[in-house]
Amino acid sequence: MKTIKVNVVTPDGPVYEADVEMVSTKAKSGELGILPGHIPLVAPLEIGSIRLKKDGKTELIAVSGGFLEVRPDKVTVLAQAAEKAEDIDVVRAQAAKERAERRLEAKQDHIDFKRAELALRRAINRLEIAGKR
Amino acid sequence: MASLRDIKTRINSTKKTSQITKAMEMVSASKLHRAETNAKSFVPYMEKIQEVVANISLGSSVNHPMLVKRPVKKTGYLVITSDRGLAGAYNSNILRAVYQTIQERHKSTDEYAIIAIGRMGLNFFQKRNIPVVLNITGLPDQPSFADIKRIASQTVGMFADGTFDELYMYYNHFVSAIQQDVTERKLLPLTDLVAEKKRTSYEFEPSQEEILEVLLPQYAESLIYGALLDAKASEHAARMTAMKNATDNAKELIRTLTLSYNRARQAAITQEITEIVAGANALQ
Repeated sequence: MKTIKVNVVTPDGPVYEADVEMVSTKAKSGELGILPGHIPLVAPLEIGSIRLKKDGKTELIAVSGGFLEVRPDKVTVLAQAAEKAEDIDVVRAQAAKERAERRLEAKQDHIDFKRAELALRRAINRLEIAGKR
Repeated sequence: MASLRDIKTRINSTKKTSQITKAMEMVSASKLHRAETNAKSFVPYMEKIQEVVANISLGSSVNHPMLVKRPVKKTGYLVITSDRGLAGAYNSNILRAVYQTIQERHKSTDEYAIIAIGRMGLNFFQKRNIPVVLNITGLPDQPSFADIKRIASQTVGMFADGTFDELYMYYNHFVSAIQQDVTERKLLPLTDLVAEKKRTSYEFEPSQEEILEVLLPQYAESLIYGALLDAKASEHAARMTAMKNATDNAKELIRTLTLSYNRARQAAITQEITEIVAGANALQ
């Protein structure tokens, strides 16, 4: 089986590096599936998960936005934050979720509202992925 | 001449000071080591994002606002200092450089504003009535990206919404444990993109403009984070050197004090003997 190299890097260091059979994720424009030999591509990502098929199993990585760069033999994900499913701190994500919800209810000005909404989506995303591991 | 007891007290207190500075030196040395590791783990991200940004923005005729120079009405200065002193000339070097630049370039306070990272910088500018629009203090010694995400994105946002027309960063660049250089770097608009030799032509999903919309702010934010990591390494290095000098000075001081202590002791003994001999002679 042909494989493609995947690299997930964040400002705090590399998160994941391996050869996988298929990468699928949700980009801003919709679901993307990448197999080895894909044409060069750049796409911004949604807050969501990256699913990596490796030896018949699926591994999950939570990403908070960022973007994806594809070359025929290599996929690089550049995100400001990313965690493997098993590395997610559930307690922290839960706390972040509650904090964001409180802020949304307080209904402050527009910018704070947007920020809280994004924080809430990131927290829910982490919890969801942690729940699937 | 100081009495024996005075000298003894001074020797003791200097010894205690030197123990503290020695401990601080070793703490800074280990923090420096970790700061270097942090800076190293940031490199792959920076290299990759630089490569992609250069590839996309140079390979086409797109005019994203972050790439275009515009007439400058207001300039932003992002100044990275430490929260605490005792780091030698670390903070004063950088603050002097910023202050001089501002005096040279601007006539009124409407033309510029400061974004201060670190308490030393914040206090310095506030004391001089220089406008500080954003500040963050109390960053940990090993900052993670999440710690400065908010101020970084606000800073970049202020350029995007036209509050600033250009943005400079001032920080100490880490050269080695004994050398840190004050660095001025133009952060926005992004002009110093270097093209690679081999260019990949990408497909863009959905479009080049929309990708730049996500990519460029992320790139600018990571430049700020990179500068912060660099500055933190410099801070620990500067503090380590300053504390090493302090320890050395204390040792030197203890040496001189011990010498004068011994001299005073000997003088006192000599005097006592003279007195005894004189007393014995008087009895004969």
